Amino acid sequence: MMEATELLTLYEQMAVIRRTEKAAHDLFMSGLVKGTTHLAAGHEAIAVGASAALRPDDYVFATYRGHHHAMARGATPEECLAELMSRATGLCGAKGGSMHLTKASMNMLGSYAIVGAHLPMAVGAAWSARLRGSGQVAVAFFGDGATNIGAFHEALNLAAVWKLPVLFVCENNLYMEYTPIADVTAVARPAADRAPSYGIPGETVDGNDVVAVRDAVAGLARRARAGDGPAVLEAETYRHFGHSRADPAAYRPAEEVERWLKHDPLDLARGRLVEMGVPEAKVTAADERARDVVQKAVEAAKNAPPPDPRDALTDVWADGGAAWRT
Amino acid sequence: MADVITYREAVAEGLAREMRRDPSVVCLGEDIGEAGGVFKTTVGLLKEFGPERVWDTPISEQAIVGAAMGAAMTGMRPVAEIMFSDFLACCWDYLANEIPKVRYMTGGQVTVPLVVRTANGGGLGFGAQHSQATENWALTVPGLKIAAPATPADVVGMMAAAIRSDDPVVFFEHKGLLASKGAPPPPDHLVELGRAAVVREGADVTLVALAAMVPVALSAAARLAEEGIGVEVVDLRCLVPLDTATVLASLGRTSRLVTVEENPYQGGWGGTLVSVVADEGFGLLDAPVRRIAGECVPLPFADALEEQVIPTTDKVVAAVRSLAAY
Repeated sequence: MMEATELLTLYEQMAVIRRTEKAAHDLFMSGLVKGTTHLAAGHEAIAVGASAALRPDDYVFATYRGHHHAMARGATPEECLAELMSRATGLCGAKGGSMHLTKASMNMLGSYAIVGAHLPMAVGAAWSARLRGSGQVAVAFFGDGATNIGAFHEALNLAAVWKLPVLFVCENNLYMEYTPIADVTAVARPAADRAPSYGIPGETVDGNDVVAVRDAVAGLARRARAGDGPAVLEAETYRHFGHSRADPAAYRPAEEVERWLKHDPLDLARGRLVEMGVPEAKVTAADERARDVVQKAVEAAKNAPPPDPRDALTDVWADGGAAWRT
Repeated sequence: MADVITYREAVAEGLAREMRRDPSVVCLGEDIGEAGGVFKTTVGLLKEFGPERVWDTPISEQAIVGAAMGAAMTGMRPVAEIMFSDFLACCWDYLANEIPKVRYMTGGQVTVPLVVRTANGGGLGFGAQHSQATENWALTVPGLKIAAPATPADVVGMMAAAIRSDDPVVFFEHKGLLASKGAPPPPDHLVELGRAAVVREGADVTLVALAAMVPVALSAAARLAEEGIGVEVVDLRCLVPLDTATVLASLGRTSRLVTVEENPYQGGWGGTLVSVVADEGFGLLDAPVRRIAGECVPLPFADALEEQVIPTTDKVVAAVRSLAAY
């Protein structure tokens, strides 16, 4: 069970993410965000629910669709949008962009744009936690498409063999880019069905239900912290936008889209809050706060300065520089 | 310590010295524990430091290097072994896309103090997939430091510098040098990365070499001395940082340059070095530059064929002789 006050907090976090993603979309369409974006609208409950179950010092690794994870671990909408808009005040000083949002001070250790690459990194962070006896857990969030790449399998095997405190959380949104995951995967549940091959638990959860996600991650994290090893959690969800940029996602059947939009993570949480007797006005107030935060973030990011061109030649090495010769 | 130490023993000695000094140094790789490494370069480490410091892995290069990266980002100083440098291709994503980029693309938020050790080079008849000199692969990616020692003392001194470096280092141990012997290094021996060594002085031609090509260059220099040609031999030691200052200073004395590279001529490190000389040291030259490098073919198996591909003393002598007469 979750207290109404906690659920309301999670609801507000999801509302902030949803509005930030909508803002990112609009800014992209208006030309203020260059390159590409992979929006996580629809996936909010996974990031927020998982984060609520984790310790502040646990490690999180995300993918190029990772805005929600950065924000769930404490990055502000302003930092994220400023990064997308190539501003000096961006999370990564405008050196990373949408696909690499990182908040290392909160142990959100990055968003990686090579599919599957960060799963072994999360294994390494969990190994490090074990070696240091810190009691930390590492979590790798990844898409369904990552389950067919070698690094996924190498990571699961090593994590199982070394019995490490790492959770592999699959955000299964049914499509690997433009192709249904079911068309290109040998098993029905691309992540959970692979877990038994490595002798580790493979659970599934409604990825749009923030309470269910919180509970599932809490259980697996408790188990991992107790020394019982890694686990896979497959959270089924759905993108509200296309894969990236201006992709209209025309490859998705209309009735499927409609069904999933009716199963929206914010609506689910709102309904649950009302059931719990939280006054509608309180929920609306949370929505309004989220709207204001994101509006202010958009304005602040728009008004922020561009990066100093000299910063192109910093941060290669630990001394801050880029010298490759002596 | 004995009067002499082999290059092979120096690897284990270099690792052990750093493991004694810093408890955050941990080793992982295939067969490195009980077996002491397939090249016996980690003999004694498991016995001295135990299984919490020396970890045998599956044949799983992405997991090895990816986990090393995750551990390095979270407070450890991992030393990962990739058994043959040819196998770097199996985890190239980490060397090309992840490790060298994560500091930069996060705006300097994370540090990756890791070492990837690997057995490099030919001359032992291992054929096309176990004999390559791949140091030039690493040179194509900004963000990696590249060490390739030629002597046992340098193995220990450069290993210390590599492990203490807050930057990622690819450490090439040459298979053809493993049995070679040299003076044991003094306690606390440290060879700063990016400092080439003038290992023989001469007035007529500068030979720049790396790793197993250093003894080839030295034997060529000894023969050429009998003909009255004075050859200065520079052991580059590292490709990044590249000590162009030492090379240019040597050319100030000799005005003639020959590079001796085991990697293929096509894309070899000499091309980069020579381009710096052309840009900044053209006025120092009294003759064209010559590059003696591996032939642009896969490494063949038979000795009689392999010696046609890898630079030999004869080839170097012939090149220097013709250049000295220019």
